Amino acid sequence: MTTTAVVGPARRRPRIAYLLLLPGIAWLAIFFIIPLISLFFTSLQVSAGSSGKYKAGFNWHNYVDAITEYWEFFVRALVYASIATVLALVIAYPLAYFIALKAGRWRALMLVLVVAPFFASFLLRTYAWKTILADDSLITQSLNWMHLLPDGRILNTSLAVIAGLTYNFLPFMILPLYAALDKIDPRLIEAGSDLYASPFTTFRKVTWPLSMPGVVAGTLLTFIPAAGDYINAELLGSTKDKMIGNAIQTNFIEFRDYPMASALSFILMAAILIIVTVYIRRAGTEELV
Amino acid sequence: MAWLRSKLLGIVAVLVLVYLFVPIAVVAVLSFNHPQGKYNTSWNEFSLSAWGNLCGVAGVCQSFLLSLELGIIATLVATVFGTMIALALVRYRFRGRGPANALIFLPMATPEVVLGASLLALYLNLKLPLGFWTILIAHIMFTISFIVVAVKARLQGMDPRLEEAAQDLYASPWQTFRFVTFPLVLPGILGAALLGFSLSFDDFIISNFASGTTVTFPIFIWGAAQRGIPVQVYALATLVFTLALVGTVVGQIVSSRRRRKLASSA
Repeated sequence: MTTTAVVGPARRRPRIAYLLLLPGIAWLAIFFIIPLISLFFTSLQVSAGSSGKYKAGFNWHNYVDAITEYWEFFVRALVYASIATVLALVIAYPLAYFIALKAGRWRALMLVLVVAPFFASFLLRTYAWKTILADDSLITQSLNWMHLLPDGRILNTSLAVIAGLTYNFLPFMILPLYAALDKIDPRLIEAGSDLYASPFTTFRKVTWPLSMPGVVAGTLLTFIPAAGDYINAELLGSTKDKMIGNAIQTNFIEFRDYPMASALSFILMAAILIIVTVYIRRAGTEELV
Repeated sequence: MAWLRSKLLGIVAVLVLVYLFVPIAVVAVLSFNHPQGKYNTSWNEFSLSAWGNLCGVAGVCQSFLLSLELGIIATLVATVFGTMIALALVRYRFRGRGPANALIFLPMATPEVVLGASLLALYLNLKLPLGFWTILIAHIMFTISFIVVAVKARLQGMDPRLEEAAQDLYASPWQTFRFVTFPLVLPGILGAALLGFSLSFDDFIISNFASGTTVTFPIFIWGAAQRGIPVQVYALATLVFTLALVGTVVGQIVSSRRRRKLASSA
């Protein structure tokens, strides 16, 4: 999805463009940017006596507290999200490749099936993994039989959380991969084999580099929601598997420690922005949307 | 062996699709279960009692209808706003498109938990009463960006010469939009709206921050998870999934028939 040059006849009437932009952009400014500013000031508030009451201030120490108290939650969120993103890439790539280059008349139907999970409740789908990964389930039993599970179980361990994250954000990986692979001219791939490149070499030198915009977009669209998620950790993990999203949610809604929750949110956002920037620089693609 | 190698990619692709559907199949199967005890997580015996009495548990249908209402209103508003933005970005050159693009990309690059927390911080600072309206504001906000991206892709795939031809034939800009651009992007807009609706209808994380004591369908499910989710919830979710899937497949078939007809008459 690249921003190409402006096309069409009506290209020279900026006033109409501003009128078209106005309502949506105003909505985003008021209900996305201003809340972030509000969140920033909340993160610096000072406790005012009784719990749940705070007053305006510049208490930067909230950030120190947030990191010293919750650094493990941050580490877990980033590690789980990274593993889930790599797994999702490995699982999604063959399907995206098949739909883009081999599916023929089945392509439209397969694309519908890829987005179909969005029509089924996210919470129920996650909850269903409780059944699939239960201690007496087929998967757990057979992995145990092969002595592959260090704890002897999957449910209520970090494995279940990572499995849930991998599954839940998979369509976000498949769709951008498909979009990138769909743009590849199949003759380029044929040319590779015509010139006696092995299928593996053709993939490594032709297909993979050309699909890079999709890989970058897909990994970001998977990593970002996975790093902030708390539903999988809450439903599938134990208390030792909680992620930073859980810490933000409980501090905000249950403990009503607004400054702490706000500071945690800001650190999460900063961490993600830094990771995303470095990653995009290294991957060398800037055109994402 | 050679057969296997040539079909390997297809087999893997189908297996990945099956994997996507396994949890949904579990939900559908459990909607016909008569659970032993309060947790509907393992099969006990076949029963149609939930399907025969979908509203049989207090609060299920109220929350379901509330989510339906929120989803429809949020989708309508966000689709109009998002389509307008997409048109401006693809069809016009103007100052400030960089910042406009960034403002659309950022909400998608922000974890939902941060979006929810920041909106709640604003609502609390303004002392707004939490409920229907605060959830609706949030849903419109996070849906707009996805609509823009989907409609933009469709507009970029459109042949610009069609609009030029209309203008050459003295169509006004409004007539060009009404009779050429709009019918051509309509399938894209409808697809975007369906995506927007499913995002809004299914949202839990942001709604949970913005809702106060108001209970949407996902919030109902989350609350019920502790004491056991009623089988009715599984049945309703299966119903929604089936209707949406059948609707989309039928829509696909109709539009591809129409396209083939147009192609053969041209």
